[in-house]
Amino acid sequence: MIEVRNVAKDFTLHNQGGTVLRVMEGANLSVAPGECIALTGASGAGKSTLMRMIWGNYRTDHGMIRVGGTEVSGAEPRRIIALRRATLGYVSQFLRVVPRVPTLRVVAEPLLSLGVPEKRAEARAAELLTRLRIGESLLGLSPTTFSGGEQQRVNIARGFIHPYPALLLDEPTASLDAQNRETVLHLIEEAKARGAAIIGIFHDEAARERLCDRVIDVTAFTPERIG
Amino acid sequence: MALTEALEETARHAAPDDAAPDAAPDQAPATPLLRVKGVTKMYGGRIGCAAVSFDLWPGEVLGIVGESGSGKSTLLGCLSGQLRPDAGEVIFDTSAQGPVDTLKLAEPQRRLLARTDWAFVHQNPRDGLRMGVSAGGNVGERLMATGARHYGRIRASAEDWLGRVEIDPTRIDDRPRQFSGGMQQRLQIARNLVSGPRLVFMDEPTGGLDVSVQARLLDLLRGLVRDMGLSAVLVTHDLAVVRLLADRLMVMKGGRVVEAGLTDQVLDDPQHAYTQLLVSSVLQV
Repeated sequence: MIEVRNVAKDFTLHNQGGTVLRVMEGANLSVAPGECIALTGASGAGKSTLMRMIWGNYRTDHGMIRVGGTEVSGAEPRRIIALRRATLGYVSQFLRVVPRVPTLRVVAEPLLSLGVPEKRAEARAAELLTRLRIGESLLGLSPTTFSGGEQQRVNIARGFIHPYPALLLDEPTASLDAQNRETVLHLIEEAKARGAAIIGIFHDEAARERLCDRVIDVTAFTPERIG
Repeated sequence: MALTEALEETARHAAPDDAAPDAAPDQAPATPLLRVKGVTKMYGGRIGCAAVSFDLWPGEVLGIVGESGSGKSTLLGCLSGQLRPDAGEVIFDTSAQGPVDTLKLAEPQRRLLARTDWAFVHQNPRDGLRMGVSAGGNVGERLMATGARHYGRIRASAEDWLGRVEIDPTRIDDRPRQFSGGMQQRLQIARNLVSGPRLVFMDEPTGGLDVSVQARLLDLLRGLVRDMGLSAVLVTHDLAVVRLLADRLMVMKGGRVVEAGLTDQVLDDPQHAYTQLLVSSVLQV
Protein backbone atom coordinates (compact mmCIF):
# COMPACT_ATOMS: atom_id res chain seq x y z
CA MET A 1 0.00 0.00 0.00
CA ILE A 2 2.89 2.36 0.83
CA GLU A 3 6.17 1.93 -1.00
CA VAL A 4 9.41 3.87 -0.72
CA ARG A 5 12.14 2.97 -3.22
CA ASN A 6 15.70 4.24 -3.11
CA VAL A 7 14.72 7.69 -1.91
CA ALA A 8 17.23 10.45 -1.18
CA LYS A 9 16.63 13.96 0.07
CA ASP A 10 18.67 17.14 -0.31
CA PHE A 11 17.94 20.55 1.11
CA THR A 12 19.47 23.51 -0.71
CA LEU A 13 19.81 26.53 1.56
CA HIS A 14 19.93 29.39 -0.93
CA ASN A 15 20.14 32.04 1.74
CA GLN A 16 23.08 30.37 3.42
CA GLY A 17 25.48 30.40 0.53
CA GLY A 18 23.63 27.73 -1.43
CA THR A 19 24.71 24.97 0.94
CA VAL A 20 23.35 21.59 -0.14
CA LEU A 21 22.57 19.26 2.73
CA ARG A 22 21.98 15.62 1.92
CA VAL A 23 19.86 14.33 4.80
CA MET A 24 18.72 10.97 3.47
CA GLU A 25 19.95 8.33 1.09
CA GLY A 26 18.88 4.87 -0.01
CA ALA A 27 15.60 4.85 1.91
CA ASN A 28 13.52 1.75 1.19
CA LEU A 29 10.41 0.42 2.85
CA SER A 30 7.05 -1.03 2.04
CA VAL A 31 3.94 -1.39 4.14
CA ALA A 32 1.17 -3.85 3.32
CA PRO A 33 -2.54 -3.33 4.11
CA GLY A 34 -3.19 -4.19 7.78
CA GLU A 35 0.44 -3.69 8.70
CA CYS A 36 1.85 -1.12 11.11
CA ILE A 37 5.50 -0.14 11.03
CA ALA A 38 7.41 2.18 13.34
CA LEU A 39 10.12 4.57 12.25
CA THR A 40 12.86 4.86 14.85
CA GLY A 41 16.17 6.66 15.16
CA ALA A 42 17.56 9.53 17.18
CA SER A 43 16.00 12.91 16.72
CA GLY A 44 17.34 14.50 13.56
CA ALA A 45 17.83 11.09 11.93
CA GLY A 46 15.06 11.78 9.40
CA LYS A 47 11.89 10.12 10.71
CA SER A 48 9.75 13.21 10.16
CA THR A 49 11.48 14.02 6.88
CA LEU A 50 10.57 10.61 5.48
CA MET A 51 7.01 10.93 6.74
CA ARG A 52 6.64 14.37 5.16
CA MET A 53 7.95 13.06 1.86
CA ILE A 54 5.24 10.38 1.91
CA TRP A 55 2.63 13.02 2.81
CA GLY A 56 3.95 15.15 -0.05
CA ASN A 57 4.79 18.40 1.71
CA TYR A 58 8.48 17.60 1.27
CA ARG A 59 9.45 17.08 -2.32
CA THR A 60 10.97 13.79 -3.45
CA ASP A 61 13.65 14.52 -6.04
CA HIS A 62 15.42 11.18 -5.99
CA GLY A 63 13.73 7.80 -5.92
CA MET A 64 10.07 6.81 -5.87
CA ILE A 65 7.26 6.95 -3.31
CA ARG A 66 3.91 5.36 -4.01
CA VAL A 67 0.73 5.28 -1.90
CA GLY A 68 -2.05 3.07 -3.27
CA GLY A 69 -2.33 3.86 -6.97
CA THR A 70 -0.67 7.27 -6.71
CA GLU A 71 2.99 7.93 -7.27
CA VAL A 72 3.60 10.74 -4.81
CA SER A 73 7.07 11.57 -6.11
CA GLY A 74 6.61 13.88 -9.07
CA ALA A 75 2.80 13.88 -8.81
CA GLU A 76 0.78 16.91 -9.93
CA PRO A 77 -0.65 18.76 -6.95
CA ARG A 78 -4.21 17.71 -7.74
CA ARG A 79 -3.25 14.03 -7.56
CA ILE A 80 -1.87 14.57 -4.07
CA ILE A 81 -4.96 16.57 -3.08
CA ALA A 82 -7.16 13.69 -4.25
CA LEU A 83 -4.91 11.17 -2.47
CA ARG A 84 -5.15 13.08 0.81
CA ARG A 85 -8.89 13.48 0.50
CA ALA A 86 -9.75 9.81 0.25
CA THR A 87 -6.74 7.54 0.75
CA LEU A 88 -3.98 8.95 2.92
CA GLY A 89 -4.61 10.28 6.43
CA TYR A 90 -2.10 12.12 8.60
CA VAL A 91 -2.11 12.78 12.33
CA SER A 92 0.52 15.44 12.88
CA GLN A 93 1.72 16.85 16.17
CA PHE A 94 0.45 20.29 15.26
CA LEU A 95 -3.10 21.44 14.88
CA ARG A 96 -3.46 23.87 11.99
CA VAL A 97 -6.99 25.22 11.62
CA VAL A 98 -8.88 28.38 10.74
CA PRO A 99 -9.24 30.20 14.07
CA ARG A 100 -12.73 30.40 15.58
CA VAL A 101 -14.09 27.37 13.73
CA PRO A 102 -15.86 25.04 16.21
CA THR A 103 -14.16 21.74 17.04
CA LEU A 104 -17.08 19.72 15.73
CA ARG A 105 -16.67 21.33 12.29
CA VAL A 106 -12.89 20.98 12.33
CA VAL A 107 -13.25 17.23 12.86
CA ALA A 108 -16.16 16.80 10.42
CA GLU A 109 -14.34 18.60 7.62
CA PRO A 110 -12.54 15.62 6.04
CA LEU A 111 -15.93 13.94 5.59
CA LEU A 112 -17.56 17.12 4.25
CA SER A 113 -14.86 17.39 1.60
CA LEU A 114 -15.71 13.82 0.56
CA GLY A 115 -19.31 14.90 0.02
CA VAL A 116 -20.80 13.34 3.17
CA PRO A 117 -23.93 15.30 4.23
CA GLU A 118 -23.31 17.76 7.07
CA LYS A 119 -25.58 16.06 9.62
CA ARG A 120 -23.98 12.68 9.15
CA ALA A 121 -20.46 14.10 9.19
CA GLU A 122 -21.10 16.06 12.38
CA ALA A 123 -22.78 13.11 14.08
CA ARG A 124 -19.75 10.97 13.28
CA ALA A 125 -17.42 13.72 14.54
CA ALA A 126 -19.37 14.04 17.81
CA GLU A 127 -19.25 10.28 18.34
CA LEU A 128 -15.49 10.12 17.81
CA LEU A 129 -14.82 13.17 20.00
CA THR A 130 -16.94 11.70 22.77
CA ARG A 131 -14.94 8.51 22.55
CA LEU A 132 -11.79 10.61 22.89
CA ARG A 133 -13.31 12.34 25.95
CA ILE A 134 -13.64 15.81 24.47
CA GLY A 135 -16.62 17.05 26.50
CA GLU A 136 -19.78 18.13 24.78
CA SER A 137 -19.36 21.65 26.08
CA LEU A 138 -16.13 21.97 24.05
CA LEU A 139 -17.56 20.91 20.69
CA GLY A 140 -18.82 24.37 19.85
CA LEU A 141 -15.51 26.06 20.71
CA SER A 142 -12.44 26.49 18.56
CA PRO A 143 -9.68 23.95 19.39
CA THR A 144 -7.08 26.73 19.21
CA THR A 145 -7.88 27.51 22.85
CA PHE A 146 -7.53 23.88 24.02
CA SER A 147 -4.73 22.28 26.02
CA GLY A 148 -2.01 20.36 24.19
CA GLY A 149 -3.55 16.98 24.97
CA GLU A 150 -6.99 18.11 23.85
CA GLN A 151 -5.62 19.53 20.60
CA GLN A 152 -3.85 16.26 19.97
CA ARG A 153 -7.09 14.33 20.41
CA VAL A 154 -8.82 16.69 17.97
CA ASN A 155 -6.05 15.92 15.47
CA ILE A 156 -6.51 12.22 16.08
CA ALA A 157 -10.27 12.49 15.56
CA ARG A 158 -9.63 14.24 12.22
CA GLY A 159 -7.27 11.48 11.17
CA PHE A 160 -9.63 8.65 12.09
CA ILE A 161 -13.01 10.06 11.03
CA HIS A 162 -12.60 8.63 7.54
CA PRO A 163 -11.36 5.03 7.12
CA TYR A 164 -8.22 6.02 5.20
CA PRO A 165 -6.52 2.96 3.65
CA ALA A 166 -3.13 4.47 4.57
CA LEU A 167 -2.23 6.43 7.71
CA LEU A 168 0.77 8.41 8.92
CA LEU A 169 0.93 8.93 12.68
CA ASP A 170 3.43 11.35 14.21
CA GLU A 171 3.62 10.64 17.95
CA PRO A 172 -0.11 9.98 18.33
CA THR A 173 0.10 9.22 22.07
CA ALA A 174 2.70 11.80 23.07
CA SER A 175 0.80 14.05 25.48
CA LEU A 176 -2.09 11.81 26.49
CA ASP A 177 -3.06 10.43 29.89
CA ALA A 178 -3.38 6.67 30.36
CA GLN A 179 -7.09 6.49 29.60
CA ASN A 180 -6.91 8.52 26.40
CA ARG A 181 -3.75 6.74 25.36
CA GLU A 182 -5.65 3.46 25.63
CA THR A 183 -8.48 4.83 23.46
CA VAL A 184 -6.02 5.96 20.79
CA LEU A 185 -4.25 2.59 20.80
CA HIS A 186 -7.66 0.98 20.28
CA LEU A 187 -8.41 3.28 17.35
CA ILE A 188 -5.10 2.36 15.75
CA GLU A 189 -5.76 -1.36 16.32
CA GLU A 190 -9.18 -1.00 14.73
CA ALA A 191 -7.64 0.75 11.72
CA LYS A 192 -5.13 -2.10 11.38
CA ALA A 193 -7.91 -4.66 11.64
CA ARG A 194 -9.85 -3.02 8.81
CA GLY A 195 -6.73 -3.20 6.64
CA ALA A 196 -5.10 0.22 6.93
CA ALA A 197 -1.38 0.42 6.17
CA ILE A 198 0.17 2.50 8.97
CA ILE A 199 3.52 4.22 9.43
CA GLY A 200 4.09 5.73 12.84
CA ILE A 201 6.66 7.56 14.92
CA PHE A 202 6.24 6.43 18.54
CA HIS A 203 8.52 7.49 21.35
CA ASP A 204 6.11 5.55 23.54
CA GLU A 205 7.93 2.18 23.48
CA ALA A 206 5.09 0.16 24.97
CA ALA A 207 2.73 1.49 22.28
CA ARG A 208 5.27 0.60 19.60
CA GLU A 209 5.61 -2.94 20.99
CA ARG A 210 1.89 -3.45 21.06
CA LEU A 211 1.02 -1.99 17.62
CA CYS A 212 3.91 -2.44 15.28
CA ASP A 213 4.73 -5.47 13.18
CA ARG A 214 8.14 -4.13 12.22
CA VAL A 215 10.53 -1.40 13.22
CA ILE A 216 12.60 0.51 10.69
CA ASP A 217 15.57 2.45 11.99
CA VAL A 218 16.01 5.42 9.67
CA THR A 219 19.64 5.80 10.81
CA ALA A 220 20.30 3.27 8.04
CA PHE A 221 19.19 5.96 5.55
CA THR A 222 21.37 8.70 7.01
CA PRO A 223 24.26 9.51 4.70
CA GLU A 224 27.74 9.36 6.18
CA ARG A 225 28.85 12.88 6.84
CA ILE A 226 32.31 13.87 5.74
CA GLY A 227 34.17 16.11 8.18
CA MET B 1 -36.73 27.96 -5.29
CA ALA B 2 -34.69 29.25 -8.21
CA LEU B 3 -31.58 29.87 -6.19
CA THR B 4 -31.37 26.38 -4.79
CA GLU B 5 -31.76 24.96 -8.27
CA ALA B 6 -29.07 27.22 -9.58
CA LEU B 7 -26.74 26.17 -6.81
CA GLU B 8 -27.37 22.50 -7.40
CA GLU B 9 -26.76 23.06 -11.08
CA THR B 10 -23.46 24.72 -10.20
CA ALA B 11 -22.50 21.88 -7.92
CA ARG B 12 -23.18 19.35 -10.65
CA HIS B 13 -21.08 21.25 -13.16
CA ALA B 14 -18.21 22.02 -10.94
CA ALA B 15 -17.70 18.87 -8.95
CA PRO B 16 -18.40 15.81 -11.05
CA ASP B 17 -16.17 13.68 -8.83
CA ASP B 18 -18.07 14.49 -5.67
CA ALA B 19 -21.19 12.76 -6.90
CA ALA B 20 -19.77 9.31 -6.19
CA PRO B 21 -16.91 9.65 -3.72
CA ASP B 22 -16.78 5.94 -3.01
CA ALA B 23 -16.70 4.81 -6.62
CA ALA B 24 -13.43 6.43 -7.65
CA PRO B 25 -11.96 8.22 -4.68
CA ASP B 26 -8.63 9.25 -6.18
CA GLN B 27 -10.01 10.26 -9.56
CA ALA B 28 -9.53 13.95 -10.24
CA PRO B 29 -11.70 15.74 -12.84
CA ALA B 30 -10.66 15.24 -16.45
CA THR B 31 -10.64 18.77 -17.89
CA PRO B 32 -9.18 21.91 -16.35
CA LEU B 33 -11.62 24.74 -15.74
CA LEU B 34 -9.00 27.30 -16.71
CA ARG B 35 -5.90 26.87 -18.87
CA VAL B 36 -3.50 29.77 -18.85
CA LYS B 37 -0.73 29.75 -21.44
CA GLY B 38 2.13 32.21 -21.76
CA VAL B 39 0.26 35.24 -20.44
CA THR B 40 2.45 38.33 -20.74
CA LYS B 41 1.64 41.96 -20.01
CA MET B 42 4.10 44.81 -20.50
CA TYR B 43 3.82 48.35 -19.18
CA GLY B 44 5.91 50.10 -21.80
CA GLY B 45 9.33 48.53 -21.38
CA ARG B 46 8.57 47.21 -17.91
CA ILE B 47 7.31 43.69 -17.25
CA GLY B 48 3.88 43.43 -15.63
CA CYS B 49 3.83 39.66 -15.81
CA ALA B 50 5.70 37.39 -18.19
CA ALA B 51 5.05 33.95 -19.65
CA VAL B 52 2.68 32.74 -16.93
CA SER B 53 1.16 29.31 -17.57
CA PHE B 54 -0.92 27.04 -15.34
CA ASP B 55 -4.01 24.84 -15.29
CA LEU B 56 -6.73 25.29 -12.67
CA TRP B 57 -8.94 22.28 -12.03
CA PRO B 58 -12.56 22.27 -10.84
CA GLY B 59 -12.82 22.70 -7.08
CA GLU B 60 -9.24 23.95 -6.69
CA VAL B 61 -8.13 27.11 -4.97
CA LEU B 62 -4.91 28.55 -6.40
CA GLY B 63 -3.06 31.08 -4.28
CA ILE B 64 -0.72 33.62 -5.86
CA VAL B 65 1.77 35.23 -3.50
CA GLY B 66 4.59 37.71 -3.93
CA GLU B 67 5.54 41.12 -2.65
CA SER B 68 4.07 44.38 -3.95
CA GLY B 69 5.05 44.87 -7.56
CA SER B 70 5.61 41.15 -8.19
CA GLY B 71 2.91 41.14 -10.86
CA LYS B 72 0.28 39.16 -9.02
CA SER B 73 -2.47 41.75 -9.39
CA THR B 74 -1.54 42.37 -13.03
CA LEU B 75 -1.88 38.64 -13.64
CA LEU B 76 -5.25 38.53 -11.89
CA GLY B 77 -6.39 41.46 -14.04
CA CYS B 78 -5.30 39.64 -17.21
CA LEU B 79 -7.07 36.42 -16.19
CA SER B 80 -10.33 38.12 -15.26
CA GLY B 81 -10.59 40.25 -18.37
CA GLN B 82 -9.93 43.56 -16.65
CA LEU B 83 -6.54 43.99 -18.33
CA ARG B 84 -5.60 43.03 -21.85
CA PRO B 85 -2.41 40.91 -21.97
CA ASP B 86 0.04 41.44 -24.84
CA ALA B 87 0.42 37.72 -25.42
CA GLY B 88 -0.96 34.41 -24.25
CA GLU B 89 -4.19 32.48 -23.95
CA VAL B 90 -6.75 32.25 -21.13
CA ILE B 91 -8.93 29.27 -21.97
CA PHE B 92 -11.98 28.90 -19.77
CA ASP B 93 -14.33 25.90 -19.87
CA THR B 94 -17.62 27.83 -20.16
CA SER B 95 -20.85 26.16 -19.08
CA ALA B 96 -22.50 27.25 -22.34
CA GLN B 97 -19.90 26.45 -25.02
CA GLY B 98 -17.07 24.49 -23.43
CA PRO B 99 -13.44 25.73 -23.60
CA VAL B 100 -13.08 29.23 -25.08
CA ASP B 101 -10.09 31.59 -25.24
CA THR B 102 -11.60 34.47 -23.29
CA LEU B 103 -9.08 36.93 -24.71
CA LYS B 104 -10.59 36.39 -28.16
CA LEU B 105 -14.17 36.91 -27.00
CA ALA B 106 -16.03 40.05 -28.03
CA GLU B 107 -16.52 42.50 -25.17
CA PRO B 108 -20.27 41.78 -24.65
CA GLN B 109 -19.59 38.04 -24.40
CA ARG B 110 -16.80 38.61 -21.93
CA ARG B 111 -19.07 40.80 -19.83
CA LEU B 112 -21.70 38.10 -19.85
CA LEU B 113 -19.08 35.64 -18.63
CA ALA B 114 -18.08 38.05 -15.88
CA ARG B 115 -21.70 38.13 -14.69
CA THR B 116 -22.42 34.41 -14.94
CA ASP B 117 -19.55 31.93 -14.68
CA TRP B 118 -17.10 34.34 -13.05
CA ALA B 119 -17.02 36.49 -9.96
CA PHE B 120 -14.49 39.01 -8.71
CA VAL B 121 -13.99 39.85 -5.04
CA HIS B 122 -12.02 43.09 -4.64
CA GLN B 123 -9.81 43.96 -1.70
CA ASN B 124 -11.77 47.12 -1.14
CA PRO B 125 -15.48 46.28 -0.93
CA ARG B 126 -16.28 49.74 -2.31
CA ASP B 127 -14.84 48.60 -5.65
CA GLY B 128 -17.18 45.65 -5.81
CA LEU B 129 -20.35 47.09 -4.27
CA ARG B 130 -22.73 49.83 -5.29
CA MET B 131 -22.59 52.03 -2.25
CA GLY B 132 -25.80 53.92 -3.01
CA VAL B 133 -27.92 50.78 -3.35
CA SER B 134 -29.37 48.73 -0.47
CA ALA B 135 -27.76 45.46 0.63
CA GLY B 136 -30.63 43.52 -0.90
CA GLY B 137 -30.30 45.51 -4.12
CA ASN B 138 -26.60 44.77 -4.29
CA VAL B 139 -27.21 41.04 -4.05
CA GLY B 140 -30.28 41.07 -6.30
CA GLU B 141 -28.64 43.09 -9.04
CA ARG B 142 -26.51 40.23 -10.28
CA LEU B 143 -29.54 37.97 -10.42
CA MET B 144 -31.42 40.57 -12.46
CA ALA B 145 -28.43 40.96 -14.74
CA THR B 146 -28.67 37.27 -15.53
CA GLY B 147 -32.37 37.41 -16.29
CA ALA B 148 -34.25 37.02 -12.98
CA ARG B 149 -37.39 39.19 -12.96
CA HIS B 150 -39.63 37.95 -10.14
CA TYR B 151 -39.24 40.52 -7.35
CA GLY B 152 -40.31 38.20 -4.52
CA ARG B 153 -37.90 35.50 -5.57
CA ILE B 154 -35.01 37.90 -5.99
CA ARG B 155 -35.65 39.33 -2.52
CA ALA B 156 -35.88 35.84 -1.05
CA SER B 157 -32.56 34.89 -2.66
CA ALA B 158 -30.99 38.07 -1.36
CA GLU B 159 -32.26 37.31 2.16
CA ASP B 160 -30.98 33.76 1.93
CA TRP B 161 -27.52 34.97 0.88
CA LEU B 162 -27.33 37.64 3.56
CA GLY B 163 -27.95 34.84 6.04
CA ARG B 164 -25.24 32.67 4.54
CA VAL B 165 -22.65 35.40 4.88
CA GLU B 166 -23.91 36.06 8.41
CA ILE B 167 -25.51 39.44 7.83
CA ASP B 168 -28.77 39.87 9.74
CA PRO B 169 -31.48 39.73 7.02
CA THR B 170 -33.36 42.56 8.77
CA ARG B 171 -30.63 44.84 7.40
CA ILE B 172 -31.59 44.03 3.81
CA ASP B 173 -32.73 47.62 3.16
CA ASP B 174 -29.67 49.27 4.71
CA ARG B 175 -26.96 50.68 2.46
CA PRO B 176 -23.42 49.23 2.53
CA ARG B 177 -22.22 52.58 3.89
CA GLN B 178 -23.92 51.72 7.18
CA PHE B 179 -22.00 48.42 7.45
CA SER B 180 -18.63 47.73 9.05
CA GLY B 181 -15.67 46.82 6.81
CA GLY B 182 -16.04 43.11 7.52
CA MET B 183 -19.76 43.20 6.77
CA GLN B 184 -19.14 45.08 3.54
CA GLN B 185 -16.67 42.40 2.50
CA ARG B 186 -19.20 39.67 3.29
CA LEU B 187 -21.84 41.57 1.34
CA GLN B 188 -19.48 41.77 -1.63
CA ILE B 189 -19.03 38.00 -1.43
CA ALA B 190 -22.80 37.44 -1.33
CA ARG B 191 -23.28 39.75 -4.31
CA ASN B 192 -20.69 37.79 -6.25
CA LEU B 193 -21.75 34.27 -5.38
CA VAL B 194 -25.54 34.63 -5.63
CA SER B 195 -25.53 33.83 -9.34
CA GLY B 196 -23.65 30.55 -8.81
CA PRO B 197 -20.32 31.33 -10.52
CA ARG B 198 -17.81 28.54 -11.13
CA LEU B 199 -14.65 30.61 -10.88
CA VAL B 200 -13.98 33.35 -8.36
CA PHE B 201 -11.08 35.80 -8.61
CA MET B 202 -10.11 37.25 -5.24
CA ASP B 203 -7.71 40.14 -4.72
CA GLU B 204 -6.56 40.26 -1.08
CA PRO B 205 -10.09 39.42 0.17
CA THR B 206 -9.06 39.54 3.82
CA GLY B 207 -6.68 42.49 3.49
CA GLY B 208 -7.56 45.54 5.53
CA LEU B 209 -9.73 43.57 7.98
CA ASP B 210 -9.14 42.95 11.66
CA VAL B 211 -7.63 39.52 12.26
CA SER B 212 -10.71 38.38 14.16
CA VAL B 213 -12.90 39.30 11.18
CA GLN B 214 -10.39 37.70 8.80
CA ALA B 215 -10.73 34.32 10.48
CA ARG B 216 -14.48 34.36 10.14
CA LEU B 217 -14.26 35.37 6.50
CA LEU B 218 -11.71 32.63 5.79
CA ASP B 219 -14.01 30.04 7.28
CA LEU B 220 -16.92 31.39 5.26
CA LEU B 221 -14.94 31.31 2.01
CA ARG B 222 -13.71 27.79 2.69
CA GLY B 223 -17.22 26.53 3.31
CA LEU B 224 -18.58 28.22 0.18
CA VAL B 225 -15.76 26.87 -1.98
CA ARG B 226 -16.41 23.36 -0.69
CA ASP B 227 -20.20 23.42 -0.79
CA MET B 228 -20.50 25.06 -4.21
CA GLY B 229 -17.56 23.21 -5.76
CA LEU B 230 -16.06 26.58 -6.70
CA SER B 231 -12.62 27.13 -8.13
CA ALA B 232 -10.79 30.25 -7.09
CA VAL B 233 -7.70 32.26 -7.88
CA LEU B 234 -6.64 34.10 -4.75
CA VAL B 235 -4.06 36.87 -4.75
CA THR B 236 -2.59 37.77 -1.38
CA HIS B 237 0.68 38.55 0.32
CA ASP B 238 -0.40 36.72 3.47
CA LEU B 239 1.16 33.25 3.67
CA ALA B 240 -1.09 32.24 6.59
CA VAL B 241 -4.16 32.94 4.45
CA VAL B 242 -2.94 30.79 1.55
CA ARG B 243 -1.94 27.99 3.91
CA LEU B 244 -5.53 27.78 5.15
CA LEU B 245 -7.36 28.52 1.92
CA ALA B 246 -5.33 27.48 -1.12
CA ASP B 247 -4.69 23.95 -2.42
CA ARG B 248 -1.95 25.14 -4.71
CA LEU B 249 0.43 28.04 -4.68
CA MET B 250 2.34 30.14 -7.21
CA VAL B 251 5.11 32.42 -6.03
CA MET B 252 5.78 35.49 -8.22
CA LYS B 253 8.73 37.81 -8.37
CA GLY B 254 9.46 40.47 -10.95
CA GLY B 255 6.46 39.43 -13.03
CA ARG B 256 7.50 35.80 -13.30
CA VAL B 257 6.43 32.64 -11.52
CA VAL B 258 9.51 31.44 -9.62
CA GLU B 259 7.92 28.46 -7.92
CA ALA B 260 4.61 26.61 -8.06
CA GLY B 261 3.18 23.51 -6.43
CA LEU B 262 1.09 22.08 -3.64
CA THR B 263 0.66 24.83 -1.02
CA ASP B 264 2.18 22.99 1.93
CA GLN B 265 5.04 21.72 -0.23
CA VAL B 266 5.96 25.23 -1.38
CA LEU B 267 5.74 26.57 2.19
CA ASP B 268 7.38 23.64 4.03
CA ASP B 269 10.04 22.71 1.46
CA PRO B 270 10.59 25.81 -0.68
CA GLN B 271 13.01 25.25 -3.54
CA HIS B 272 13.66 28.73 -4.90
CA ALA B 273 15.86 31.24 -3.12
CA TYR B 274 13.13 33.88 -3.13
CA THR B 275 10.50 31.50 -1.70
CA GLN B 276 12.94 30.45 1.04
CA LEU B 277 13.44 34.10 1.91
CA LEU B 278 9.70 34.77 1.87
CA VAL B 279 8.88 31.81 4.11
CA SER B 280 11.71 32.51 6.54
CA SER B 281 10.65 36.15 6.85
CA VAL B 282 7.23 35.41 8.34
CA LEU B 283 6.89 36.53 11.93
CA GLN B 284 5.72 33.77 14.25
CA VAL B 285 2.93 34.59 16.65
